[in-house]
Order: sequence, then C-alpha cells, then structure tokens
Amino acid sequence: MSRQVHKKIVSIGFGFFSPKQIVDSATAKIVTPELYDREGYPVDGGLMDLRLGVIDPGLRCKTCGQKLKECPGHFGYIELARPVIHVKFVRQILDLLKSTCKLCGRVLIPDANIKRYTSSLDKTGEEEGFESRRRMIKEIVAKYKVKDKCPHCTTKQEKIKLEKPYNYYENDVRLSPIEVRARLEKIPSDDLAIFGFTIEHFRPEWLVLTAMQIPPVTMRPSITLESGERSEDDLTHKLGDIVRINQRLFENINAGAPEVIIEDLWDLLQYHITTFFDNAIAQLPPARHRGGQVLKTLANRISSKDGRIRHNLAGKRTDFSARTVISPDPLIDMNEVGVPQIMAMSLTVPERVTTWNKEYLRKFVENGAKTYPGANYIIKPDGKRKTITAETKAEIIEELDVEYIVERHLIDGDIALFNRQPSLHRMSMMCHKVKVLPGKTFRLNPAVCNPYNADFDGDEMNLHIPQTEEARAEASILMLVETQFISPRNGLSVVGCIQDAITGNYLLTKELVLSPQEAIDLLYSCGVNDFSSLPQKQKIDGKEVFSVLLPPDFSFTGRDKSGNEVVIIDGQLISGFMDKANLGQESGLLLRNIYERYGAAYTADLLGKISKLGIAVLSRRGFSIGISDMDLSDEAKEQISIALVKALDETNSLIDDFYAGKLDSLPGRTMQETVEVRIMEALNRARNKSGDIAMRQEGKESAALIMARSGARGNPLNIAQMSAVVGQQALRGKRIEKGYKKRTLSYFKQDDISPTARGFIKNNFKSGLTSQEFFFGAMTGRDALMDTALRTPKSGYLYRRLSNAMQDLKVEYDGTVRDASRKVVQISYGEDSLDVSKTKGGVVDVKRIVQSVMGAKK
Amino acid sequence: MKIEHEDLVRLYEDKLPALILDEIRKEVPSSISKEKLKIVLEEVYAAYTTAKINPGECVGLVSAESIGEPGTQMTLNTFHFAGVAEMNVTTGLPRIIEIFDAQKTIKTPMMEIFLNSPHNQVDTIRKFAAKIQETLLGDLVSEYSLNIFEQMLRLDFNQSLLQQHDLSVKDIVQLLKTKGKGFTLQHDDRSLTFIQKGKSEDVKDLYNLKEKLRSTKVKGIKGIKQVLPVKRENEYIVLTSGTNLRDILELPEVDYTRTTSNDLYEIFEVLGIEATRQVIINEVYKVIEAQGLNIDIRHIMLVADTMGATGVVKGITRYGVVSEKASVLARASFETPIKHLINAALEGEVDYLTSVVENVMINQPVPLGTGLPGLITKMK
Repeated sequence: MSRQVHKKIVSIGFGFFSPKQIVDSATAKIVTPELYDREGYPVDGGLMDLRLGVIDPGLRCKTCGQKLKECPGHFGYIELARPVIHVKFVRQILDLLKSTCKLCGRVLIPDANIKRYTSSLDKTGEEEGFESRRRMIKEIVAKYKVKDKCPHCTTKQEKIKLEKPYNYYENDVRLSPIEVRARLEKIPSDDLAIFGFTIEHFRPEWLVLTAMQIPPVTMRPSITLESGERSEDDLTHKLGDIVRINQRLFENINAGAPEVIIEDLWDLLQYHITTFFDNAIAQLPPARHRGGQVLKTLANRISSKDGRIRHNLAGKRTDFSARTVISPDPLIDMNEVGVPQIMAMSLTVPERVTTWNKEYLRKFVENGAKTYPGANYIIKPDGKRKTITAETKAEIIEELDVEYIVERHLIDGDIALFNRQPSLHRMSMMCHKVKVLPGKTFRLNPAVCNPYNADFDGDEMNLHIPQTEEARAEASILMLVETQFISPRNGLSVVGCIQDAITGNYLLTKELVLSPQEAIDLLYSCGVNDFSSLPQKQKIDGKEVFSVLLPPDFSFTGRDKSGNEVVIIDGQLISGFMDKANLGQESGLLLRNIYERYGAAYTADLLGKISKLGIAVLSRRGFSIGISDMDLSDEAKEQISIALVKALDETNSLIDDFYAGKLDSLPGRTMQETVEVRIMEALNRARNKSGDIAMRQEGKESAALIMARSGARGNPLNIAQMSAVVGQQALRGKRIEKGYKKRTLSYFKQDDISPTARGFIKNNFKSGLTSQEFFFGAMTGRDALMDTALRTPKSGYLYRRLSNAMQDLKVEYDGTVRDASRKVVQISYGEDSLDVSKTKGGVVDVKRIVQSVMGAKK
Repeated sequence: MKIEHEDLVRLYEDKLPALILDEIRKEVPSSISKEKLKIVLEEVYAAYTTAKINPGECVGLVSAESIGEPGTQMTLNTFHFAGVAEMNVTTGLPRIIEIFDAQKTIKTPMMEIFLNSPHNQVDTIRKFAAKIQETLLGDLVSEYSLNIFEQMLRLDFNQSLLQQHDLSVKDIVQLLKTKGKGFTLQHDDRSLTFIQKGKSEDVKDLYNLKEKLRSTKVKGIKGIKQVLPVKRENEYIVLTSGTNLRDILELPEVDYTRTTSNDLYEIFEVLGIEATRQVIINEVYKVIEAQGLNIDIRHIMLVADTMGATGVVKGITRYGVVSEKASVLARASFETPIKHLINAALEGEVDYLTSVVENVMINQPVPLGTGLPGLITKMK
C-alpha cells in the first residue's frame, strides 16, 4: 500500500505586506494596460502576462512552468506614481494622525504616563478586542488634547478631519497622501506598541500604498465568447484602469505638466484603486461597465451570502451525489432508500481488489458501464484512471489485479446518506442502505417522512455516496436511521407509524375477527414466517394477530388515545386499541418501551412489520372516505343545533347587556373588550362541543371518524368544521374587526357586533358557506399565509445566529463544555451530563428501577 | 427511607448528580433493606453512566438545532393574552429573538412581585398594588386652563380619582412646592393655580410648566405603569407592566427571594449574572411551553450559559457572542467579513483553526466528535 503523507494546516496568520515585500514577492512588474498583442498572445508587462499564471489551454506559465489548472497563479505588482490611501484603513490612519504629534511623530501622551496606560490598554485589548482598544486610546489622547501641545516637543497640534471617503484636512487645508505618509513614517515603532500593533510586521506608512499587488490571472480568468471574442473579468477591467491612469500620471510628472492636471490624475488614480478594493463605498459612485452594470471588485467578491466565504469556503459542492423527486414505498425498510437504476449506474463505489474479491469484482468489470451491476472506471496502483468501454474492457479484465480499485455501480446494501433541505436538525441527513429499484424517483418508507419533514407533493431529496471505508463506517454507525430514532431535542421518538399504518392497526385490534387463512395471509404479507404463536381457533381476534408481532416476553401497560387502558402481558395484547398514542411518532409509548428494552435494530424491524400489517389490513378490508362520512345522525344534528342556538342566545344577551351597560367588565378591561372576549369564549365553546358530539355519534362508523379517533389523520375540530359548524374566524386573537367604516363588510349595518357580522361562520363545509362567511374565511386564511411567509426568514436568521455562535461548543474528555478557545461554558453539560437522546424525556427513570428491584425480590 | 441508609447513599455523591440522589431518597420505600438499596443505587448508577454524554459531542450545535428547528412553528403574533386575560405580553418568536439578542429595551417589561406572608392576602394586596403604581399628576387632572393675559395656569382635579388614590389637593401642593420656580402657588380643595411672578414676555414658560407638571410623579414607584393583583396557588401576587426591580426590592413587604422581572439587563444590574442566566432560561422556557413545543431544558441552559460565559450578558449577535470568538475566519464567516479580515491584518492575528468553520474552509476534519481524537500508529 502506498504511504500517504497528509499535511495539516496548523494556523493561518493575518498581516501586511510592506512595499518591499510586494515587490519581492511579485513575478512581474506591470507597466502597460494592454492585454493581448495582435495575435491574441498576452503582452509582456501587461495584465495577462504569462508570468502571472495561465488561463489558456496549451500555454505554460513562465514562472512555474506548469499548465492550466496546475499553476496556482503568481502575483505581480505596479509601482504607483504617487502614493494612494487604502480606503479600508482610512479610520485607522485618522486615529494615528490625531493621536500623534505632527512634527515629532510621538504619541500625544506624556512619557511618564505611557506605561500606566499601556497596561490598562493591553487589558481592554485582550478582553474587548482591538476596536475598543482604539477607542480607548482616542479617549486618553483626547484628555491631553486640551493643551493642544505635544508633550514631547511642545509643537502646537492642529485639528485633523476626515472627509469621507479618503480626504484628510488639517484646519481646512487638505493633506495629500504624500504628507499623510510622511507623518506616519515619523511615528516611532515603540509608540506603535501602545496602539496594539505588532511592531515586527507593521509600519503605519504601509497603509498608504506606494506599490500595489496585481492579483494573478487565475483569480480573474477571462471568458472566451462563442464569437471568439474575449470577455475580461471585472477585476481585470479595474486593474486596466489603474495601470492606464498610473502610466499617464508618470508621463505627466516626467513631462513637467501643470500641478492641476497632476492633481486630477492623482485623484482619479485614488478613485480607481479605491473601487478596486471596494466598489460599494457610500460616498463614491460605484464603477460601472459600459452597460451600466456595477463592477464586482475585491470586497464584493468576499462578502455576503454568495461571496467567497459563505458560498465557496463554508459551503462546498460534492461529487457522487444525486437528486430527484421522492415517492413513498411502504414495502421497503425504514433504513433503506430506493434508488433508480439509472442513478445506480452512474453513482459508483470504489472497491479495492484483493485476492479474495478479485473474481467478484471482475464480474462487474465484465458487465461494463452499460449493463447494470457493472463498473465505470478502474484506478491503477499508480493512480491512473481508466474508463471501462467496450474497447478497453478486454484489456482491463486482463490486467485487473490486487491493488487496483474498481469503481463499481451502486448495489443493494451500499451505504448512502440521504438528505432533505432545509437541513434543520441532524435527522435531516441520515444514513440509508441502498435498494436499487426500477423507476426514476427515490423511494422511502413513509415512517421516515417526519424526521425529514418530507411529503410527496413534488419534494426532491439528495443522496450522497461515501467513498472511503472510514466515511462508510462513520455513516453506518453514527447516522443510520435507527440510531436517530430518539430526537436530541426532547428525548422523544421522531419516527412511528403514520396514516394508514395507524388506521389499519386500530381497526385490526379494535374490531376485526379473522379466519386462520386470513390471519396467516396478513402476517405473511408483513414478513412473518413463524405462525406457531397464533392460536388454533376458527375465529382469530385482531388483537391475537397483532400480538404475533410482539416479543413473547414483553409486558406493558399504558393508555390509548381515548384513555382506555392498553394491557400487554407476555407478548399478548389483552385489551386496548393500537392507535397514535401507542404507535405514532413523538408519543409512541409502546414503541418507546420496546426501544428501551430491545434496542434500535429490533424496534426498526418491528415498526416495519407493524406498518406493513396495518397497510395490509386496510388493503384487504378496504378503506375510503366520501362525502357521506360527514353526514350526521338526526340525534347529533339535534344536539348540535341546540348547542349552537344556546351559544347564539348567550351572545345576544351579552350584546344586550353591553348596550344596556349592565355587563361586568373583566379586571383591567373596558366593557367593549369584555364583551368581545366573552363572545369569543361562548362561540368557541359551542364549536368544541359540536365537534365532540360529531365524534361521539353512536353507531356511526365512517372512515373519517375512524381516522380521527385513531389519530391517523384529522381531529375533532376538522370533523366539526366539515359536518357541523366552521365557527368563529379570528384575526390576531380577536373577532374580525371593522374593515369598512364601523363594519366588517358592506353587507352589514354599521356597529353591528352580532356573531354573523363579526366573522362567525355557522354553516359547515359540507353544506357550503354564504358569501360573507366565505369572505371571512378568506381573511383568516390570508392572515395565516402572511404569518408563515414572514416567520420563515425571521426564524431562519435566529437559527443561523444560534448555530454560528454555538457551533464550536463541545464536551471535553473531562465532562466540561468548552468553546474553541477552551473557555469553560458549563462545568458539566446540562448540570447532570445526561445526553437527552439517550434518556427518556431527559431523565433517568429512577422510579422504574426502584420498582423493578423491589418487585424482583418479592 | 431510613436515616441509617443515608451513609450508603452518600457514597454515591461523587458518582451521581444530586437531583437523582434526591429522587432515589424519595422513591425508595422506607422499609428497604440495605442490600436492596445497594442494588438500586448500582442500577441507577449503571443507567446513568449509559445515558451520559460522550466526550466530543457537539452539544452547541445540537442545542442550536433543537431551538432553531421548532422556531418555524412558533407564532409571530407579538401580543397574546397571558394568564387571566388582562395584560399584554410579548410571546412567541419575537420574544425569543428579544431574549437571545439581549436587547436593551424590551417591548413589554413586566415584574412578578411576591409578598411576605401578612401582605399576600386578598384584602392587603390591592392596597399594596395601588401603593406601587406610578401615578402622574396628569392622570389626576381633569382640566388645565391656561390664561395668557393674566399669566396663570389652573389645574382642576378629578375628585373621584383623588379619593381613589387617597390624596388631597394639599398633599399635591406639598409635592409641587419646588416645581413652580418663578410662580406663586394658590389652591382650594379642587384646583391649583400657578401665577407667574413679575411680567414675562414669554408665553412658553406657562406651557412648559404645564408639560412639566403633567409628567410629575405624584406617588408610586417610577416605571410601574400598571399593576394587577393575581392569585397564584394559595397566595396573591402582583403583576406589573413596567419594571423597577431595584426600588421594588427595597420595599419591606416584598419577598425579595422570589420577585423577578423579565428585563435581562435590570436583573443583571440588580442581581448579577447568575440570576440573569436563570431568567433567560425561565423566560425562554415559558415561551416555548406556551407555544406547545417540547424542548429539553438543557438546550436552553446551554444558550443561557453561552450568553453569560464572560460574566456580562452578551447577545447571540455579531456584536455579542460571535465577536468573542478567537478565530478570525469563524467571525468572518458570520457577518461583516471584510471588517474582521482588516482588523485581523492590523492586529497581526493568528488563527489556530481550533473551531469548526475554519476547518471546513480548508478541507480538514473538524475537531468535534470523531474528528476529535488523534490516532498514531506505526507503519511498517
């Protein structure tokens, strides 16, 4: 095996280049704004000089001799005819000018006091950062400024002002960059230490540029258009301007041109260099293309969401990944993902040839790239990559030997990472095992929709194939679906049966009685082969069928959704129904207990079987909803209308009392507010009551009711709104208030505060809404939409800030929580060092342990 | 549990957190034998060790995820009615943002004032509430009359309000003695009159006086705009809108051990950083519970500890916690990258690549989780 040497970057330093370093590190001095000669060949001493690197295929770099993509590029430089202020440092230059003497360059603090201040400055600098240190120096100097005289040479100091963006004035006389530079030069190095600069690598005069680096061409490549024309990068354009003006300035100075012309050119040079660094300075008009489009220069390249840092450095692109629409497949396991065959043929896994798997891998190569379990490339021991084609195949099979690597197609059982954006928590990216399937979509088990927050209305998801053994091991040990069952957010399960799986099991355990054949058929369809625990009877109860899946030594008591007791003794479901409270996500009490006792893998398997059982039950029994599901029995209709009439009567008397002034106002409220609150209460009470009535209808067994009762889908409120009454529409916690003058809609009279005029919908969705009611419904609907649209970016930003602030907190080997600079944030994580995802709701279950110990000894 | 077993439990003090030990003391039946207690302790210890967090776990990110993910489900509606449906409170996402930003002025400052035992009953609570509510002169006045020719200002008081606040015009005259410089003060039992001494050309003086008088505090504690006595379990407490913790805590009736405010900076100034941390935890937890979300308290604790780790309250913003980071690149990757790069150059900073983003940037394993341990083997 070839030995690999990995270099590790230990640290990155930040600092300045002195003018000398700029010249020394440069490979070329740029003297002409021209780019190419007549043959289209880069001009020597131009901005595309071959010594700065290559961007054209076929050419070689004159500095390092490497070709395109090999040569990293090299810096050049230009000598500026006159010094120019670096815009990004105007504030610092101003501070230095203000706090040093104009004549001797010393800090305006008496020698006797310097030492005292330095120590306190060092302290602030360390605690609050560089900026506060600068602010403090200003304050100290301001204290001595009163005297207006340098404590060292007693020269009178003048007032220095900065006129943005880069002009300095001393008593309204402009200081040219030459003068500014001269003053900065005078500051002795020892005094610089007071400002917190590292004196070995920094001189303040470097902040005024006399030479400038020219970035390598590789960082500003030109694009060749279809017409053969070249289109240069924004930076090249800007640099061209700089070089052109600089040359003109040189010529004018040498020719002894009048001072006015030189000043103008100098200003222009300053402008170009300023916009080269940052083209978004408030006081300057941004430099533009001929078309008026703003140039993107250095600072704009780095900052913002699609700048270098957040777009290219903190976020990366990856190979061996795929993306397509997802669709459900309840028949594959939860930890599997269905991958379309076409994808499996271009996503590959590198496998190293050894003496043991040589034959096995040869078969893949023999199949080639175009037949399914084939291979696309081989990598030779010397690192060369070969494509497997019909022509090369024979040769490759011949030479294939130990130490070769075969990049074979994805096959069943390979490790893959599956992800859906937005990746809000760690369960948004989990490890699945590949299952190659026909079709063109990714298939996933509906039970894992919840952690991904996925549905199938056109959602797309991403798949990544880890390429090294190490990555695969980490993925399958740490990220496999079943290791992520328990959310670290609250210690509850994020997966569970959903929808049909719940309904099916609910019906099975509640009411179905099956013949042995039916029972065996059901169980077999969900992967059970051992029917010995099925009772030998002609009529088998649904509970007994369900019990076959349970582990034989499992006992459990809990409650179902409606509060009935669920009892399981030795793997037999004695009483209670299987509904959302026991099988669902979050709550899922039964699954939770099984997870604790039998572990993740077993639970995953059981959950798969239970889901399949539920679905099988439904597909054999038949299950469908229709408009008649919303019909109410006469009795229920009667009860609901009584409840509604009662509520409306109540509101009417409230309104009467309100107008009569007889209403007792609630503490701290006006009478108006009181009447609103009480009306809301009365109407909501009526709606909830009618929901309960609709749910409790005797003898009525519609599919909608079954779903709502089992918790699979829908709730009493939904049922009530469809079959009884839609109810009060609320905007921001209040009844709908006036939109027109003193009324909600022009249909009503002014000052009408009766329920119907303030957004109460007394019809139900089945009977249909009146126009006014429909309008009220639309109002609340719009409000809800707006709320979500406004909330998403707000919470997204909060999340980004939180994760940025806390991303480097980790638990150390000593149990403390520390940040990247090893400062202690918590002595022990969460005060008790417990991992939420390893506990039940964040606590160690002492009670259960005590009970089991006491019980065992009885 | 029998007292003689206490020694045995004590043995586990270094091994188990105090809370778990307390729970054992509570749960174990008093008749338990020493052997069984030993088994219980051992089993709890075993359960605790398996549930302990692993070194290298990136707890910060997990906490950020746990709070950030359900953030999308929180309501944006700023105002909601708390408890007995009286006072407005900021809840939901805006409140969470307010707390994590450590904003200096919050939208709805509130206090919960607990009282010592003789005062926390129905009959006394209202009196106390009325005592602390800030009343301005302007609240009591029913009419101002400005007479420009005679240069005088008359205030007519609302008699019923005066009675309600247990005040008379005389009391007010006492209070205002020093306020009207350059004016003579006359009063009867329902009104006050200020007359300008000497002639002044400036009518503004009178108007300024009126404005000044209007915002003069007559009684109560500054900042307490509204008071509301509420029954909490078996005592009465006072909820206030507007806060002034320092002055409230000085009142002898107040139980200073339980009285709190929801203003982080006020708590920090009066009670210190540890109290602030607890308030952050309580306030965030309150919001999350009210939204019907379920987030483990440990995550909120970690955020609170991050905010208070330096000894002062720092918000989760580019000026707060993020600016404290040692790494230049980590700071630059958050917000205002140019500023951070420039300052780093001036200062000659060195980035030692100890946290996450820098290592992502340069394609190196991050020092978290499986990237944390180093492994050295001999190669043949």
